[in-house]
This record gives sequence, C-alpha cells and structure tokens, in this order.
Amino acid sequence: MTAVPPTVPPTAALIADGLPAPVPEEAAPAGRLRLVLGRMLASRGVLAGGAIVLLLFLLAFGGPLLTPWNYATPDYLAIRQSPSGQHWFGTNGLGQDVFAQTVRGLQKSLVIGLLVAFFSTVAASLVGACAGYFGGWTDRALTFLVDLMLVFPSFLIITIISPKLRGTGWIAFVALLAAFNWMITARVVRSMTRSLKEREFVRAAQFMGVRPLRIILRHILPNVASFLITDATIAVGAAVMSETALSYFGFGVRAPDVSLGTLLAAGTDQAPVFPWLFYFAAGLLVLFVLAINLIGDGLRDALDPTSEGTRPARKSRTPRSGK
Amino acid sequence: MIRYLAKRLAYYAALLVVAVFLAYALSSTALGPRTYFEAKQPRPSAASVDRQLTALNINDHTPVVERFGTWSSDLVLHGDLGRTIHNTSVNAEFGRRILVSLRLLLIGSLLGMLLGVAGGAWSAIRQYRISDRVLTLVSFVLLSTPVFLLALLLKNGAIAAKDAVGHEVIPFTGYETPGLSGGIGAHLGDWALHLLLPTLSLALGGLAMYSRYQRGTMLDVLGSDYLRTAEAKGLTRNRALLKHGLRTAIIPMSTMFAYSFLGIFTGATFTETIFGWHGMGEWFIQAINEQDVNSVIAVNLFAAVVVLASGFLADLLNAALDPRVRS
Repeated sequence: MTAVPPTVPPTAALIADGLPAPVPEEAAPAGRLRLVLGRMLASRGVLAGGAIVLLLFLLAFGGPLLTPWNYATPDYLAIRQSPSGQHWFGTNGLGQDVFAQTVRGLQKSLVIGLLVAFFSTVAASLVGACAGYFGGWTDRALTFLVDLMLVFPSFLIITIISPKLRGTGWIAFVALLAAFNWMITARVVRSMTRSLKEREFVRAAQFMGVRPLRIILRHILPNVASFLITDATIAVGAAVMSETALSYFGFGVRAPDVSLGTLLAAGTDQAPVFPWLFYFAAGLLVLFVLAINLIGDGLRDALDPTSEGTRPARKSRTPRSGK
Repeated sequence: MIRYLAKRLAYYAALLVVAVFLAYALSSTALGPRTYFEAKQPRPSAASVDRQLTALNINDHTPVVERFGTWSSDLVLHGDLGRTIHNTSVNAEFGRRILVSLRLLLIGSLLGMLLGVAGGAWSAIRQYRISDRVLTLVSFVLLSTPVFLLALLLKNGAIAAKDAVGHEVIPFTGYETPGLSGGIGAHLGDWALHLLLPTLSLALGGLAMYSRYQRGTMLDVLGSDYLRTAEAKGLTRNRALLKHGLRTAIIPMSTMFAYSFLGIFTGATFTETIFGWHGMGEWFIQAINEQDVNSVIAVNLFAAVVVLASGFLADLLNAALDPRVRS
C-alpha cells in the first residue's frame, strides 16, 4: 500500500498553479500554514487519527511504568490466564504478562516504523531529486537502479539477507527495511523534479550560479515537501506492516526482543482457544496503521491546493449531500 | 506502438538479466549450504561436503561468477534450474508448484483489481452518500490490516465456524480435499471452495487500495468539461461515464497495477504459508530455512518474471487506453 501511482500525484498541481514563485521557502506565507493547519483541524480523520497515535505512543512508552510485570519474566502462578485485574491482558503459556509484552512490542514496532519511514523518505527524496534534476546519464543510471530494485518483491530479498544479520540487533533490520522501501517514492519525486526544473525560480537560481546540490536542497525539495510529508506518514504505516509480517515469519525482530509481529506469531496457534494471546496485539496493530492512514489522508487533502475548499466549486453533476 | 512496446520489452529483458544475476550472487553469498551439510549426523568429512556442494553447483569455494555461468548456461541451453539441496530436481518442484501459485495470484489480483476499480468508480459517482462513506471506511480498515493478519483472521473465522457447526464449513488448509471422489464438477466445486479464503485475503487488500485510487482519479474526471460535452452531445449519462469517464480514469491506474503486483506476490507468500498451499511462496520460506540456494533462486526468477510480465501488461494496457503513448 506504499504504492503511489508514479504519475504526477495531486500535489504536483501545487507546482503547476500554486506557490508564489521566486524564492518559495521564504515566501511560504503564514497564510498558507494557517490554511493547512485549519484544514487539518477541520478534518475529523486527522483529529481522530492524531489522538489515537498520541494515545498509542503514551501506551507504548508509559505502559511499562503502569504494570509491575516485566515483559520477559514469567509468573509461574499464572499460566495462560485470561485477562484479570492482576494481568490486564492475561498471561501466555510461560506465564509472561501479555500486557507488558504487548506494550513492549508496540514500542518496538512504533520505533521501527518511524525510523524506516524517515530514512526511506530521505533516500527517496535525494535519489529522486538528483535523477530528475541532473537528467542524462545520472537519471538513466538512477532510474535503472530503482527499476532493478523493483523487480523483486523486497520481502524476498530481505528474507534472503536477514539470516546474515542474526545477532546484529534490530537497527540493522531498520536499515534493511528502509533500503527496500524508497523506490516508488523516488520515482514520484523524480517526475515532480523534472517539471520543477523548468520553473523560473530554479532557472534564476541556476543563472545566479547557485550550485546544483544547493538548488536541490533549497528550491526543489521544499517544493515537493507536501508530497514527502504525506508519503512519509503513510510509509510509517507500511513500514510497521512489513516489520510485523517479517517478524511473524521469523525474519525480522527476534527473541528476546518482542514486536507486534513476534507476538502475533506466538499467539496464532492458540488464538481460537486463548484469544487474548492474539487479538490484543492484532487490534493494536490495525488501530495504529488505521490512525496513521487517517492522518496521511487528511494531510494529503490539507496540503493539496486542488482539494475541496480552495478549488472553485465545480459544477458538480452529482449532487453532494452532506458535508 | 509496436516500437514502443518492443523498446519496453528490451528494457525489461535487460533488467531481468541484471536482476537475476544480482539475486543469484546475493542468495549464494548470504545463504550457507555448507553449514547445512556439516550439521548432518554423522558429520561428513570436509572433502565429502565439498564434493556434494560442487555436484549441486553451490560450493562457496567456487567463484560466484563461475557458478552463475554454469547455472545460467544450464538454464538457457537445457531449461534446467539445477538441483535442490536434497539432490532432487528444481524443475520438478517448480512444475508442481507454479500452477498452485499462479491460480492464487491471477484470481486474487484480477478479482481485487476489478472489484477495486468498480467500487472506486461507483464510490466517486456517489460521493459523500452513505454507500461511499461505508466503502471508504471499509477500505481504510482493510488497508490498515497486513495481508498475513487478514489471512489469519479469515482462517480463525473458518475455525470458529467449524467449531460452532461441528464440521468444516469452509476449508482452510490446502487447495483440494485429498482423495475426493466424484466427477469433474465435484472437483471444481472443491477447488473453488478451497480458493475462497486465500483469494479473499489477497483480493480484499487489492480492492481497498485500488478503490481508493480509482475514487480519486474518477473524481478528477467527473468534473471535467469533456464529460459534460459527451453528455451534451446526447450520450446517456451511464454511457458517458463508462466510455469517457472510466476510460480516462483508469489510465493512471494501469501503472499502479504493475507496482501493486510486488505487494500481491508478497501477500501470496504469506497466504500460501498460512493456508498450507504448497506454492512458490511456501517453497521460498522453506528453502530459506534449509539454505537451499538453487530453490531460492528459482523462486526469485519466478517472481521477477511475474513482476516484469505484469509491468509489460500495464504498458500494453496503457498504450491501449492512452493514444498519446502510442504516437
């Protein structure tokens, strides 16, 4: 679901008919910021999503303080107990507290998701902007690289490499996930850069002798920022989903570390009989990704100048009830 | 148009060759078949391990390029994918599994695509009505559920149904009932029933994703002047929507079909493993765990061919729908 159509996305219209040109990053007026903020706050999806994400973060990082149980230490007096006042989410077959484990797993999944989204967005914007800006052989080489990496489902490659990483911990796993998560975004950034390159303010900067890398950083990237922000948000959800899937099959986070994926793997076989071993982790996973997607969707609408509200009301042939 | 397609085809062929070489190099360096043989009881001598590895063309003491040369010339000249780590033919295993996987991949992705495009377009036409809102909500929840979790939930549902009724209502393991008697009709019905849950787990994700994008592209088209013109010159609304609206709105989607195939392939790997289908994806995970280099490469080759073929199909579709591409 990271897949964004590599054609020019709605945000690209921003370039075509939007910003006050010459020095956009200085001219980005408070008015626009307020407009975007206003639209975001007006969107129920963003508000609900933001609140859920905030609560989940509080749960992930504050949760361990609330419970006397540790995620790894077993309580031999309580084996496979259903949720109770003492063990909020019950216990598993070893007597470990499921709440402590879930909170710990959530923490790991959230951190991995955020880091992967950050690194892959940085990589995507640099590669995409360089390919689009320099053109020629740089473009051809980078496009070939992107296409090459898209030939294989990244799951296959990550799975092949992951046994090599045994013992290196989860940071290496983050790097691996990020390394295979940037290509489609890079393609979109490339096509947006190609049209930006022809704009007057970039031309002006070129004639003034500004070095290419500086142009990319100060003039190109700020203009694709709204797309990148939206894409990064959605990438967080996608990264969490890949992480849990890989961990589920034993190719990601490994014991003694826990993530939502390892918890789901451990709980799968017992789910019909001992539902608390499976459905708390499953529910939190879906809830988190859902909240992230709601935010991403709201952001896209808020940052998109062609979205409702700014667009002159078109003669809609379909009556719009509600809204 | 032929020129354009030929160019794309040549590009894909080049990509395929380079990608397969890289996958070969990666698999043969990252996996350790040597440790697999050394762990055997009783422990074989180093010379015997070497001999077995060389016989399978996976000896890590031979340079990768040389191994690749042997492997690729066997493949090109004899269509031979080599031997598995148990010294059986990779081709035989490949042949056994390819139809199982393709059945799932084709039906799952086509169903997701068709339902997604139809649902998205319908949703756009009925923007902000109840049906639009419900579809939006459902697709958001589906988009937020990883495929493996969706598959697990469906399977748990089938198990619960079985426990409630007392016998298996919807089968959730394998792709046919072993030893089923009866005519072709009974077999087809049995197949369809076994296909139901695995296909759903793939198609629902696709449906959610395609319908979101299709709704967006369709909304853009709905406001356009040419659609109003089409209606003004006398086309009925449905005809205008279908022939002028949907056709334009699908063009950006065709590129998407190609990319999403990556995700569908990955999803199928999970689905096969969870529902006990002996397909390519299950084989892959098994091969990784057994350090079976040649099998891993065979699945990679299959994935690459499938992905590039879907890319080429997307190009074809694009060229068929968009006259600008053809010129």
